[in-house]
Amino acid sequence: MKFGLLVSEGPYTHQASDSAYQFVVAALAKGHEIQRVFFYHDGVNNATRLTEPPQDDRHVVNRWSALAADHKVDLVVCVAAALRRGIKDEVLAPGFRISGLGQLVDSGIKADRLITFGD
Amino acid sequence: MSEQQAAPAGGPKVKKFMFVNRKAPYGTIYALESLEVVLITATFDQDVSLVFIDDGVYELVKGQQTKGIGIKNFSPSYRALDGYDVEKLYVDQASLTQRGLTEKDLLVPVEVLDAQKMGQLMAQQDVILSF
Repeated sequence: MKFGLLVSEGPYTHQASDSAYQFVVAALAKGHEIQRVFFYHDGVNNATRLTEPPQDDRHVVNRWSALAADHKVDLVVCVAAALRRGIKDEVLAPGFRISGLGQLVDSGIKADRLITFGD
Repeated sequence: MSEQQAAPAGGPKVKKFMFVNRKAPYGTIYALESLEVVLITATFDQDVSLVFIDDGVYELVKGQQTKGIGIKNFSPSYRALDGYDVEKLYVDQASLTQRGLTEKDLLVPVEVLDAQKMGQLMAQQDVILSF
């Protein structure tokens, strides 16, 4: 099956990004396709390369970047939501790209299921 | 970094998109950013409907005054929706009643539905986004 994901909360405060990540890993392991992961609302904060969590904690941002590198998962950050929150190309972690809300609608159209991970 | 506005190539594929608005208009950004998605979705020529439930019904209340909190009153945008051919607005009856509101308090024409009808409508959708 072809899945699109919407992540609407930032890292650490909410579990949404963790759950979305676990979902992607599990879906890929089962042979499903991840059409796109779209980051909206505070979810855009998953895309900054400036985070430095404690050593003994998971690195939410780097985990997403690794998924993009290893499985070519398309990680898209909403431009309007990102600019509001200071997320720009110059702070973007590897594997993320900034684009418009049209990419979320496109996911809704092309994916078999669009799944929201929020609060 | 470009805002994609046009429908994607590869033939028209119209899906039923429903936006479920559950939050008060101010206090969090969900209502405003939901409206932004609605307006973009409308430009993709999809079948768009909006639902207002729980505190989401406050998004449509007339006479919003936001000067005191220093946040822009974006409620006039709901009146612009029919210009985007977004005309299906559904409001949950119980959510209105619980808050002492009636259809007359709302700034746009809506269809008020009970929970059962709302559930049936949701079951017909292809994509449901909840804010």
